[in-house]
Amino acid sequence: MNLIYLILLPLLTAVLVLLARNAMQVKLMALIGSAAQIVLAVYLYFVYTAEAALSKGNQVYFEKQYEWFPSWHISFHLGVDGISVAMILLTAFVVIAGVLVSWNVEKMTKEFYFLLVLLSLGAYGFFISLDLFILFFFLEIAVIPKYLLIGIWGSGKKEYSANKLALMLMGGSALVLVGLLGLYFTTPEHSFDLIKLSQVHIPIDVQRICFPLLFVGFGVFTAIFPFHTWVPDGHSSAPTAGSMFLAGISMKLGGYGCLRVATYIMPDAALEYSTIIIILSSIAILYGAFTTMMQKDLKYINAYSSVSHCGFVLLGIGMLTKTAMTGAVMQMVSHGLMTALFFAVIGMIYERTHTRQVKEMGGLLKVMPFITTVLFIVGLCSLGLPGLSGFVAEMTIFMGSWEHPDMFHRIATIIACMSIVVTAVYILRAIGQTAMGPIKDEFKNLGDAKWNEKAAAVILLIGILAIGIAPTWLNELIKPATEIIMHKISIVK
Amino acid sequence: MDNFFTLLKSELLITIIIFYLLFIKIGKGVRNDGLLTMVQILLLINLIAGFFFNQEGHLNGDMFYTNPLIAFQKSILNLGVYLISLLFAGWFRRHEHMPEFFILMLSALLGMFLMISSGNLLMFYLALELATIPVAAMVNFDLEKKISSEGAMKMILSSAFSSGILLFGISLMYGATGTISFAEIPAMLDGSPLQILVLVFLFTGFAFKLSIVPFHLWTADVYEGAPMAATAFLSVVSKGSIAFIFITALYKVFQPMHGVWYNMLILLSVATMVIGNLFALRQQNIKRFLAFSSIAQVGFILVGISSNSSQGISAVVYFILIYVFSNLAAFGVAAVISSQSGKEKIDDYKGLYKTNPFLSWILALALFSLAGIPPTAGFFGKLFLITAGAAKANYGFITFVALNMMVSLYYYLIVVRAVFMDKNDLPVEKINIHPATKLGLIICGSGVLLVGLMSWIYDYIQNLF
Repeated sequence: MNLIYLILLPLLTAVLVLLARNAMQVKLMALIGSAAQIVLAVYLYFVYTAEAALSKGNQVYFEKQYEWFPSWHISFHLGVDGISVAMILLTAFVVIAGVLVSWNVEKMTKEFYFLLVLLSLGAYGFFISLDLFILFFFLEIAVIPKYLLIGIWGSGKKEYSANKLALMLMGGSALVLVGLLGLYFTTPEHSFDLIKLSQVHIPIDVQRICFPLLFVGFGVFTAIFPFHTWVPDGHSSAPTAGSMFLAGISMKLGGYGCLRVATYIMPDAALEYSTIIIILSSIAILYGAFTTMMQKDLKYINAYSSVSHCGFVLLGIGMLTKTAMTGAVMQMVSHGLMTALFFAVIGMIYERTHTRQVKEMGGLLKVMPFITTVLFIVGLCSLGLPGLSGFVAEMTIFMGSWEHPDMFHRIATIIACMSIVVTAVYILRAIGQTAMGPIKDEFKNLGDAKWNEKAAAVILLIGILAIGIAPTWLNELIKPATEIIMHKISIVK
Repeated sequence: MDNFFTLLKSELLITIIIFYLLFIKIGKGVRNDGLLTMVQILLLINLIAGFFFNQEGHLNGDMFYTNPLIAFQKSILNLGVYLISLLFAGWFRRHEHMPEFFILMLSALLGMFLMISSGNLLMFYLALELATIPVAAMVNFDLEKKISSEGAMKMILSSAFSSGILLFGISLMYGATGTISFAEIPAMLDGSPLQILVLVFLFTGFAFKLSIVPFHLWTADVYEGAPMAATAFLSVVSKGSIAFIFITALYKVFQPMHGVWYNMLILLSVATMVIGNLFALRQQNIKRFLAFSSIAQVGFILVGISSNSSQGISAVVYFILIYVFSNLAAFGVAAVISSQSGKEKIDDYKGLYKTNPFLSWILALALFSLAGIPPTAGFFGKLFLITAGAAKANYGFITFVALNMMVSLYYYLIVVRAVFMDKNDLPVEKINIHPATKLGLIICGSGVLLVGLMSWIYDYIQNLF
C-alpha cells in the first residue's frame, strides 16, 4: 500500500470541506472523509500484518521515497512499523469520533472542520514519516490548528490556554529542532533519514546533548513533568472535539517521538538518562493522580488524569525493557481511545446540563442512561479494570518494569502502582456524584444521546473493548517493532 | 561592448521605465488609473525579463559584475517592487504625485541593482547613495503629515551618519590595502588591527542600513511616519538588497577574516533577535509592530550569513524571497485597512474576521510565515537558515535562536488573536478591495503557501552558483 494516501486523503477532505456550500455539506464531507480514513487505516492494519508475516524482522514496511529538497538531503521518506500502524489506527478512530461529536457546532462550521481535518493530516504525516525533517514539519503543522480550535471555539479562559499551549508546544519543538540538527550533522552525508541515522553510531558526547533535547522536546507534547502545565488548561478550554484530538492524538505524537526517534536513534544516552526519565515520569504519575483528586471540574479531572496516564507511557519507555516498551505503546493507544471517549462524554453531559462541576450534577443515570453507562465504562477503563484496555496496558508496563531486579526500579514501579488506588478514588467519586443520587429538578427533562453521539461512543468503545478483551492482536502488532528498538539497546548494554 | 545590453539588462529596463514616467509627467491630462495599470504592466514585463538572458560578466573593468545569482537577486527585488505597485494601488491612484513616487522608488531600485552588482568599493558607495536618498524622499511623501517629515529627517540623518562611517571605512581600506577592488582586497588582508578597524567600520555601515541592533533606533520611527508603500519598500526591498551585498562583502571581500566577523555576527544576531522580539511584544501600532518584527527577522538572516558556506547564501536568498511575500502581504493588508478606515492599531483589528475573512486569512498566513509555522514558506526559510547556521556546531547559539522563534510566535499570535478571537463592537467595516490589490494579496498568499512546498525553487537557487 502506498502510504501517501494517508496524507492525500485528509488533504482532499480539507479541500472538499473548503469548497462545500453549507454547513450540512461541510459535515458530510468531513464525515465521509474520516470514514474513508478509518477504512484506510484498518486496511493498512490487515495489509501490514500480512506483509509482516511474510517478511519478518524488517525495520519498516511500505517504504516510499520522493525527492524533496535534495540539496539538503531531505526526502519525502515514508514507511511504517507496528508502532506507527497502531498509532494510525488510533488516529483514525479518534478522528471519526471527533467529527461525529462536533455535529452540533454552529459557529463557523466550515473553519472548525477544516482545522480538525488539518490536525488529522498532521498526525498521519507524523506517524508515517521516516525523514526527521518531514516528521518535524508535520509535528509543527498541528500546532496552529490546535491554537485556533481552542481560541475560537473554546470556553473559559480560552485565549490564555490557547496561547500557553501554542507557546509551550513551540518551545518543545524548538528543542526538538536543535536535537535534530545535532543528529543531522553527525551523519557522514548530512541526513535527516531515520533509517540512516539508526545505522550509524552517533558519538556518545553528541548523544548526551541531543537525547535530552529530543526527549524533553517531544516530552512537552506528552506532558513530561515539569512541562505538563499546558495540559489541564488546554484540555479544559478546548471544545469537545479539540480536547479529544489533543489528548487522544496530539499527546501521542510526543510519546511516539520519544520512543521512535530519541530512544531508537540514541540508545547509549537512553540508558544513561533512564534514571532521570523514570524519576520524572514517576513524579508525573503520582503528582497527576493526587492533583486530580482535588479537581471539581470534570474536564480538569480528565486532563490531570491524562498527565498521570501519560506518565505511564514515559515510564514504560524509560524502563527500557521489551515488555515495558510494548506496554508504553499499548498505553498510548489505550489512553488515546479512553481519554477521547471520556472527553466526548463530558462534552455530551455539558451540552445538556451546561455545567461541568461534579457537585452540581447528580442522578444523571435516570435521564441519560446511555451517556452515563459510557461514562462508567470509560471511568473503569481509566482506573484499570480487567477486560478494558487500561488494565492491559498498565499491567504490561508493570510487568516490564518488574523485570529490573534492583531497588530503584522496584520502588518506581511500586509508586506507579500506588497511583492506581488514587485513580480509583477520584474516578469513582466523580462518576458516583455525576450519575447516582437524587436528580436535580432542572435536569429532569434532559434527553439521552443522539445518533451521532451514540455512533462516536460506540466506535471508541469498540476500540477499548477490542484491546481489553483480546489484547494479543495489538501485542503482536507492536512487539516486532519494540524488539528492533530493544535490540539496539541490548547491544549497548 | 557586445555584452553591454545583456549584462546591464535589468538596469536599462528600469531606466527606460523611469524615463517613460518622466515624460508622462511633463505631458498633461494623464489619469492616475490608466498610468498605474501601465506601470504595473511595465513592472511585470520587467520582472519576467529578469529571468532570461542572464550571463556572467564584467563591465568597465571591475566596476560592474553580474552573474545568474545576482540576476536572481535582482528579480526578487523586482518582484517586491511589482507587488508594491499592486498592493498599494488604492493609495497610489488617489495620490496626486503618484508618478513621482514611482520615479523615486525605481531610482532607488536602480541604485540597489548597481549596488549588488558592484565590484568595487567606490561603485558600491555611489550606488548605495542612489539607493538611499530617494527613499528618504519617499518617506516624506505625505507632505502634510508632521510625523512623516520627522521620519524622513531621522532617516536622512542616520543615513548620512552611516554613510560617513562607511566612507571612512573605505578610505581606511584603501590605506590598509592599497586597493578598493573587491577582487584584489582579499589577497591583501592579513588581519592586522587596522584591517579589523576597517571591517568594523564597514560592518557598522551595513548594520545601520539593515537595522541591526544597536543601530536600529531609526527604524520604528521611520516606518511609522512613512506612507505604507514606502515602509513596505524600505522593509522588504531595501533590506533585501543590503543583505545581498552584505553577503558578498563578507564572503568575498572579507573571507580571510571570517573568524573575526563570525563572532561579530553571532553577537549582533543574538542582540538583534532579543531586542527586536522584546520590543515587538509591546507595540500597539501595526507599523511599529512590523518594524520590530522585521528587526527580529534580520537577526535570523544573520544566522544564515554566519554559516560562511554556499548553503548559507542560498538559504539567505531563499529566505528573502519568502520574506518578500510574507512581509508584503502583511503590509498590504495593513495598508488596505488603514487607507479605508484610518485604523492602524492592533486593537482595531479585533473582530476583523467577522467582516473581512479574506484579509484575515491573508494576514494570518503572512504572520504564520513570519513566525515560521508550517506549511507556510516561512517555516522552510527559517529552518534552512538555522540549519545552515548550525553547521558550525555552535549549539548554545542555535538553541537560543530556536527558542527565539517561540518568543516571536507569541507576538504574531497577539495579532492573530485580535483578528480571529477577540470580540469588538465596532470592527473594521467590510472593505471593497481594489482589484489590483486583491491580485497582489492573492499572489502573496499563494507565494507564502507554495514557495516552501515546491522544493524546486530552492534547488533553482542552489544551482545558480
